[in-house]
Amino acid sequence: MAAVMPVPAASRVLMSGNEAVARAVWEAGVKVAAAYPGTPSTEMLEVISTYPDLYAEWSVNEKVSLEVAIGCAYAGSRAFCCMKHVGMNVASDALMTLTLTGVIGGLVIAIADDVGLSSSQNEQDSRYWGRFAHVPVLEPADSQEAYAMTLVAYELSEKLQVPVILRMTTRINHVKSLVTVGERGEHVGAGFNKEPGRFVMVPGNAGKRIPLMFARDIKLRELAETSELNFIEDGSDKRVGFIASGPAYMHVKESFPNAPVLKLGFSCPVPFEKCRELAGMVEQVVVVEEVEPLVETELKAQGLKVIGKEILPLQGELSPNVLKPAIAKLLGEPFTETTTLAPMQLFPRPPTMCVACPHLGVYYTLSQVRNLNISGDIGCYTLGAGHPWQAMDTCVSMGASMGVALGMDKGRGESDKDKRIVAVIGDSTFLHMGMQGLLDMVYNKGNVTVLLLDNRAVGMTGGQDNPGNGRDIHGDEAPRIDFAKLVSALGVKEERIHKVNPYELPVLFKTIRDEVKVPDVSVIITDQPCVLIKDYHKLKPFEVVEDKCTGCGNCIDVGCPAIHVTRRGKEVKASGREVDLAFVRIETSVCTGCGLCVQPCAPKAIVHHVPTSPIQLVTKGGCAA
Amino acid sequence: MSDNTNILVVGIGGQGVMTATEILAEAAIALGHDAKKTEVAGMAQRGGVVSSHLRFGKRVLSPQITPGTADVLLGFESAEALRWQHMLKRGGITLMNTARLVPPVVELGLFDYPEDPLAEIRKTGNKVVAFDATTIAQNLGDIRLGNTVMLGAIADHLPFGAETLLDCVLKRFERKGEKMVELNRRAFEAGRAAVGEAAALA
Repeated sequence: MAAVMPVPAASRVLMSGNEAVARAVWEAGVKVAAAYPGTPSTEMLEVISTYPDLYAEWSVNEKVSLEVAIGCAYAGSRAFCCMKHVGMNVASDALMTLTLTGVIGGLVIAIADDVGLSSSQNEQDSRYWGRFAHVPVLEPADSQEAYAMTLVAYELSEKLQVPVILRMTTRINHVKSLVTVGERGEHVGAGFNKEPGRFVMVPGNAGKRIPLMFARDIKLRELAETSELNFIEDGSDKRVGFIASGPAYMHVKESFPNAPVLKLGFSCPVPFEKCRELAGMVEQVVVVEEVEPLVETELKAQGLKVIGKEILPLQGELSPNVLKPAIAKLLGEPFTETTTLAPMQLFPRPPTMCVACPHLGVYYTLSQVRNLNISGDIGCYTLGAGHPWQAMDTCVSMGASMGVALGMDKGRGESDKDKRIVAVIGDSTFLHMGMQGLLDMVYNKGNVTVLLLDNRAVGMTGGQDNPGNGRDIHGDEAPRIDFAKLVSALGVKEERIHKVNPYELPVLFKTIRDEVKVPDVSVIITDQPCVLIKDYHKLKPFEVVEDKCTGCGNCIDVGCPAIHVTRRGKEVKASGREVDLAFVRIETSVCTGCGLCVQPCAPKAIVHHVPTSPIQLVTKGGCAA
Repeated sequence: MSDNTNILVVGIGGQGVMTATEILAEAAIALGHDAKKTEVAGMAQRGGVVSSHLRFGKRVLSPQITPGTADVLLGFESAEALRWQHMLKRGGITLMNTARLVPPVVELGLFDYPEDPLAEIRKTGNKVVAFDATTIAQNLGDIRLGNTVMLGAIADHLPFGAETLLDCVLKRFERKGEKMVELNRRAFEAGRAAVGEAAALA
């Protein structure tokens, strides 16, 4: 993203939590910021990259991003990295030793928990990392706090030389609210000071750092007890007092304006004395936290009588309409819903692949090839598991398609003795964590056909750049990885590597059908760009000649959202079998002329909206034999 | 907080729902309100259900609108306007575009699209005003003006005057030149007029 002029200090601006953190990172004088995109964290680094006077990068995965930040912090400069919750799993190897070395320059790790699974494969509570790695966790409740706590986090990080986790959730990252911003302060790094006993974590050195980590825990708890981020707000209704953090605090204040509340902003280590103080003020204490009962469990272990997940859900977001009935029940009070209207039972509207998406060709083709077990991965192409293709059978974690495919191959049961194993992975996911799996597959002589969908972007998170498209985070030219050479270097045989245009269905079909029969590792690279990035060029739209359409519905199986059914019918075949007919039209205003639907149309009823030369097919790339 | 105004803007990904809500938020802030805007946007890419919540007032705490407390529902698509009726408070109003955007799961014959979403909304007893924002935008020469038509539609159903909202809309197009500003002004007024006429007929 191009640089912009930051808004002046003391401005009051509507900002998302992500934008607020980005502003604070800039104000804190951070020198290096690194991340891998992931909803709901992506915009933090996107926005940071527009600020001047700092270095920002898209790293290939979260572990690398944290390591880049660690290097900067070791050099004495301030560093930032951010990720979605599952990204922290990847980065955790670095975190668990970083906690022993500590930092010199401040290091803040913002972790965005997708509470409610708006766009993730699981739901996790990143506050666990604070306990696991013995590092402090700060939890903002809105954008202003996200901004302010980021600045506090840098002070804390340098004071105790410890990395600090800023735990956010979707309802903080993406909610926009008002933030009053401040001045940028310069932070000058001292430079790297060689201290092998501290920075070279071999057993002898690491063993000496562990007691220091535990000593730091005690200091952290003292700081949490006195921190201004943890405060009690008294209230007149003493029947229930609440301990809450993050967005849950706002829901508590909204739902029970007269109840005493202990707001935890510095929530790990838990300030037990503050919690006892609240308990002494009220008849009973309810801990309101998203997702896991972490504070609750620790308070119970301290002998405090608190209530939490006995009455509140362990999964998903909390909100006033979750809290109010739960507390009413606890108090034995009647609760009346604010609405008598039940939610409408309507058709679902799952996210769809875009009109003309190059993945449509891949999944249409996979849906036409029989006898496949398809190991999938994480990205837009995960939608291939859905209708109409149903051509993806597993999705676990970033890059898992490789290892899972190999395991399916080696672990074949009786029923899949003759099945062909296919793995589907996108370019960015492959570079993130798929390469190692492919290497493993080649080394261990797997029998898997890999489809590497290179659309030159991190599509699902909004088309960010990566090493596959030759552009850096600012859109400037950067070294571009050659996927064919890369997989060749990982040991895939030259004759098993094919580059195919996914809009050429017959070629794609033949290549897949041929390669799945070869008992070896094959890689088929599709090479057309995501339709949402600038590399994509629209072509002339198509339309359906109404009286030529026979209602066969073949084009609908492509799954393009520009194709709409105009009427349905039935036909009795010569065999006596009754088949459903669906006559269609193409929404020409959104059609970009990819030509995918033209190819399976038997009666040739799909023609150019404005007659012109046939669709332009890009010449097939050439490393295939 | 009971003094908050709750506006729910719904549609599908790619329609501009989130931008429209942001402009509404800007207008509220321009008048000195506290404001919070939040979405349930499904997966990050297009085509899914989007419901954008805007709350403003003296002080806003929880960003989400509790079911049964929305003052106004602005629907960019018919079935989506129907889907979220339970969010409206008693006496709340729906302003809806009559456009029907049929998703692939319906084209595949797996689900039905409601025959007459407007009639279904009327059945709930909630107030509703329907208008064809898409055609209004097309008649003005650019389907992308639909967003501004929708904002015009809500302009007379806010606790503040239409001028503030119009100013915030036009500010967005200043960089694109006089002509775009004028087109958007017309789209905004057309949206206002469409709702005014439809409400008068109802």
